[in-house]
Amino acid sequence: MHIVVTIKQVPDTSEVRIDPKTNTMVRGGVPSIVNPDDTHAIEEAVRLKERHGGRVTVLSMGPPQAIAALREAISYGADEAVLCSDRGFAAADTLATSYVLWAAIRKLDEEEPVDLVLAGKQAIDGDTGQVPPGVATRLGWPQLTYVRRILEFDPQARRIRVERLADGGIELLESRLPAVVTVGREINEPRYASLPNMLRAARYQPRIWDRKTLNLDETKIGLRGSPTIVSKVWAPPRRQRPPVIMLSHGDRDPDAVAADLLDRLIADGAFDWAPTPAPAAR
Amino acid sequence: MAGHAPAKTEQLPDFSDYRGVWVHIHQRDGVAAPVGWQLLGRAREMAEVLGCATGAVVVGHQVRHLADQAIHYGADVVYVVDAPVLALYRTQPWALAVSQVVQQYKPEIMLFGSTNDGRDLAGAVATILQTGLTADSTELSVDPETRILHASRPDFGGKLMSTILCKQHRPQMVTCRPGVFPAPQPDPTRQGRIVEVPFELDESEIPTKVLDFLPEEKKVDLSTAKVIVAGGRGMGGPEGFAMLRDVAEALGAALGASRVAVNAGWISYEHQVGQTGQTVRPKLYIACGISGQIQHQVGMQDADIIVAINRDPNAPIFKLATYGIVGDIFEIGPAIARRARELRARFAQQQPAAEGAREPAAASPSGSSTA
Amino acid sequence: MVAEKFDVVVVGAGLAGTAAAYTLAKAGVKTLLVERGDYPGSKNVMGGVIYRQPLEKILPGWWREAPIERPVAEESIWILTEDSAVKVGYRSERFAEEPYNAFTVLRAKFDKWFADKAVEAGAVLVTETVVEDVLRHNGQIVGVRTNRPDGDIAAHVVIAADGVNSLLSQKVGLHGELPPDRVALAVKEIIQLGTQKIDERFTLENGEGATIELFGDATLGMLGYGFIYTNKDTLSVGLGVLLSQLIARKVTPNYLLERFKAHPMVRRLLADGEQKEYMAHLIPEGGWPQIPPLYAPGYLVVGDAAGMVNGAFREGSNYAAISGKLAALTAIEALERGDFGRAMMARYVERLQESFIADDLAGYSRLSRFAHQNPHLLTAYPRLLCDAAHALLTVDGTPKRLKFAEIVRKALRQRPPLALARDVAGALRARP
Ligand SMILES: Cc1cc2nc3c(=O)[nH]c(=O)nc-3n(C[C@H](O)[C@H](O)[C@H](O)COP(=O)(O)OP(=O)(O)OC[C@H]3O[C@@H](n4cnc5c(N)ncnc54)[C@H](O)[C@@H]3O)c2cc1C
Ligand SMILES: Cc1cc2nc3c(=O)[nH]c(=O)nc-3n(C[C@H](O)[C@H](O)[C@H](O)COP(=O)(O)OP(=O)(O)OC[C@H]3O[C@@H](n4cnc5c(N)ncnc54)[C@H](O)[C@@H]3O)c2cc1C
Ligand SMILES: Nc1ncnc2c1ncn2[C@@H]1O[C@H](COP(=O)(O)O)[C@@H](O)[C@H]1O
Repeated sequence: MHIVVTIKQVPDTSEVRIDPKTNTMVRGGVPSIVNPDDTHAIEEAVRLKERHGGRVTVLSMGPPQAIAALREAISYGADEAVLCSDRGFAAADTLATSYVLWAAIRKLDEEEPVDLVLAGKQAIDGDTGQVPPGVATRLGWPQLTYVRRILEFDPQARRIRVERLADGGIELLESRLPAVVTVGREINEPRYASLPNMLRAARYQPRIWDRKTLNLDETKIGLRGSPTIVSKVWAPPRRQRPPVIMLSHGDRDPDAVAADLLDRLIADGAFDWAPTPAPAAR
Repeated sequence: MAGHAPAKTEQLPDFSDYRGVWVHIHQRDGVAAPVGWQLLGRAREMAEVLGCATGAVVVGHQVRHLADQAIHYGADVVYVVDAPVLALYRTQPWALAVSQVVQQYKPEIMLFGSTNDGRDLAGAVATILQTGLTADSTELSVDPETRILHASRPDFGGKLMSTILCKQHRPQMVTCRPGVFPAPQPDPTRQGRIVEVPFELDESEIPTKVLDFLPEEKKVDLSTAKVIVAGGRGMGGPEGFAMLRDVAEALGAALGASRVAVNAGWISYEHQVGQTGQTVRPKLYIACGISGQIQHQVGMQDADIIVAINRDPNAPIFKLATYGIVGDIFEIGPAIARRARELRARFAQQQPAAEGAREPAAASPSGSSTA
Repeated sequence: MVAEKFDVVVVGAGLAGTAAAYTLAKAGVKTLLVERGDYPGSKNVMGGVIYRQPLEKILPGWWREAPIERPVAEESIWILTEDSAVKVGYRSERFAEEPYNAFTVLRAKFDKWFADKAVEAGAVLVTETVVEDVLRHNGQIVGVRTNRPDGDIAAHVVIAADGVNSLLSQKVGLHGELPPDRVALAVKEIIQLGTQKIDERFTLENGEGATIELFGDATLGMLGYGFIYTNKDTLSVGLGVLLSQLIARKVTPNYLLERFKAHPMVRRLLADGEQKEYMAHLIPEGGWPQIPPLYAPGYLVVGDAAGMVNGAFREGSNYAAISGKLAALTAIEALERGDFGRAMMARYVERLQESFIADDLAGYSRLSRFAHQNPHLLTAYPRLLCDAAHALLTVDGTPKRLKFAEIVRKALRQRPPLALARDVAGALRARP
């Protein structure tokens, strides 16, 4: 049994500051963390391993610093880690990211067949949730996103059953393995790593794969392989509100105030049930 | 995340065979998700700028009635992919269906709602089509010269906006946040074309089965409400909220609340507005007994009109308000409800005669006529 | 369950602990460094001046690659009353040239870098892990217990570098909780101002930095001082005051800091700044005689945990680093001999006594005792000095000679000749 968990190292957005002059993110000093949803994916994988035996490999695409994120995953109980890192991977959008991850998962699958890919439902830096569907589509494996519970996981029968947070309700889905499953914080409570795992993580050296190892098409990676580009980043204009119009300072009869308020709101076109104000009325 | 490109003049491929601004109309059991109609409104406006047609894609089984509705909401052409295997939403067959229509009829822009299902589907479709997908956009505009879509989205909790382009690939795909774009008034007299697209896929080729669906209890969807009446600590308890509920009903409004009121158990969490609750953008927000702390403000500051009713003339909410009333909500609230009912009764009588009056409230998506 | 056995476990990845771990790892000793914060430095507060020399003895040329903020070219002392200041400063071009004398640093960055060096040298670093107790066997300390599952670690030597008020040493029984007249409470803010404004307001160029220490009204005359240090584009602003005096005067450190920042002499340096971080921390007001026992069999205490701070000269980090190194050397010797008993551990204190630390701290201790015994020093003299300066510099037709006489008369009214003489003599004796 082999589970791959894709994880991303992200800046802790709760600590990100924006430079008001340049409108850029001040990254200096902002700690990097494992994308929160991904910690739940790791935990779910480790729980499945504890029940079914086998191995958990964590996989990330990112700069060399992302080794810290992979080590953290090892401390939670993952067995092995692989970092896809190459200057050429920089500035990848979700399409180019899913291409690299797809190639890496295929390689892992050749080493030892993969039964399941677990991913976070979205990354807090881009908030897209697009990478896992990209990976699943490329692999041709079923994708089960926004899963809140894995009800059954049977690598022998190659079957999985999950509860999915669909629009408007909960879906009970059954699918084939291997599959790609994305999860969020509803699914479990990540454990506190044991000291032996912490020590293992502190010394762990992940394998590092670049575009040559993965034999990738240069036109599909990094900036070149990314159809979307950020053309500008800007601060949304602060809405300038006119000064408040005080209808009462606590000195008017409530019914008179109510009548005054509703007349004004109707004139402003606030209610569907009132006639549209004639333009001259204002 | 999108790539960060250095600005350089680049040759754009000839995309003249790609025309039209399309929207995916998501549906379950033949009922369309409101975000589809919201996006059709914006698609129509952009199609006018570009001088092209508005398209809608409806996937499912026995969903033709949605095609008519899509035309009423602004579609010129509706592509319907209707097949038994498409009856329930499943990523793989739906992604194939949408991709097929796109490959065959070539829109330049394709919009989805950024709900769980919408993101699930759009992510697969964009990968099949090998094109760019921008997530969770809240602002859309098109450049009539280059025909490039500028899709903007908030980053870092709304502190910044990023504008994302997809220049070298078609269609330009975007998922858009529900509740941001107003749904147009449907026009039952609008005419359009319906194209039925054949779809072949055997059930045995589909890896996933839907065993069951448990609909959620109807969620309080404040994000689409046009009028919200919200209460805070000043409501004093559940009885205060009972009074407020009556005010909301009289105004045809939804009910919101501050965290204090939710934490106290006076009203359920679905009603909470603010940083840890919902972000709302109604036409009118009436804050009753709410002081207007920053965490509350960030959830409602985009309302067009804000009314503050508070005993304390120094409450910060007055800095934000359009109209301010210093007073006791237990006096002002009932007076508003009385007056609103009076007015609505009067308008209902005038209705048949009133020239230029809006449609009856029942036909509008959020209004209610339960006066 | 014992997770693993190390030669040495170092508790706390501050300057003292990391210096120890680095020295050990360099010598090929199997070393574990345990830190409770998210990363080394994440919980560390420092006003931020580090001298070059002492660290050179551990990591030669450290300042060339460490994340420093600015080399210090000017150091000043301001003596404040409510509305005036006497300013004494020294600036030297030589301080602004390599290899420099001192640097301002932000510990969150610096400690992380330093710990990375220890890891590169071969130490194993575990973060987000709290050491809760030591493991004992036959009166010998033989490891630590952490708060993690399966969290025991065996070791020949445990080095406690867990900072002020060392909980570990309390567990070992070397001392109790620090009394309030032995610790200062420090509060500090990082204020974002921008490089250009900082350069202009402190008359700096080419990345050089300045430090100001402010006495008198800065702390409402309480024992302690305020400080302003220039970082690259921020200021470290804060103050430290003896805890017992804060308690006696019933003022909160927060109030003091706000008051300090609003002082007319300080306000204009900080204007338009944006507060980025706020931190509070204790500083041991040690001094050599007051230092608690520093060892037990298999156990050594270093840095703030050992009370090695010279409050008047803000050199805690030097002592921390050097004591860490000396403890490491002691552990290395112990490992070589296979002897972890009391006598072997006592070699650490011998090493300290041979170093400049003991001498410095003894001096500081005299000064600190003098200051404790003469609480008027930080109230009476600032007034005296400022009044004198004010009178002297006011041009009002009074001849200078008469002015001097007036100043002396006033001064003597405030501090009679005998008291004045006692203060001067005391200060001379207490000179570090
Ligand atoms: C991390 C974090 C997240 C948070 N997220 C949210 C969030 O999502 N949403 C949110 O709302 N809050 C949130 N808060 C809480 C927020 O800071 C405020 O505490 C909260 O909004 C205050 O609610 P309130 O205005 O109802 O209560 P108060 O601030 O107590 O105000 C009550 C007001 O009612 C007025 N009043 C009292 N009696 C009457 C009367 N009879 N008639 C008229 N007026 C009366 C008072 O004058 C007062 O102004 C969050 C806080 C934190 C720290
Ligand atoms: C406001 C202020 C300004 C100062 N200014 C200066 C200055 O300008 N120059 C100067 O040289 N000195 C200055 N000092 C003093 C200096 O900061 C300290 O002397 C120095 O940091 C001591 O280093 P340390 O390694 O002994 O302790 P610390 O730096 O306090 O490190 C102790 C470490 O141990 C960790 N820890 C504690 N308990 C445990 C546990 N149970 N398990 C695991 N880890 C644990 C802590 O998280 C911390 O990282 C200042 C101090 C303050 C408060
Ligand atoms: N660079 C990456 N490396 C590994 N996994 C990633 C990467 N980017 C995204 N993912 C995975 O895809 C999930 C959703 O991310 P996103 O699509 O960026 O919102 C994450 O939670 C990860 O599991």
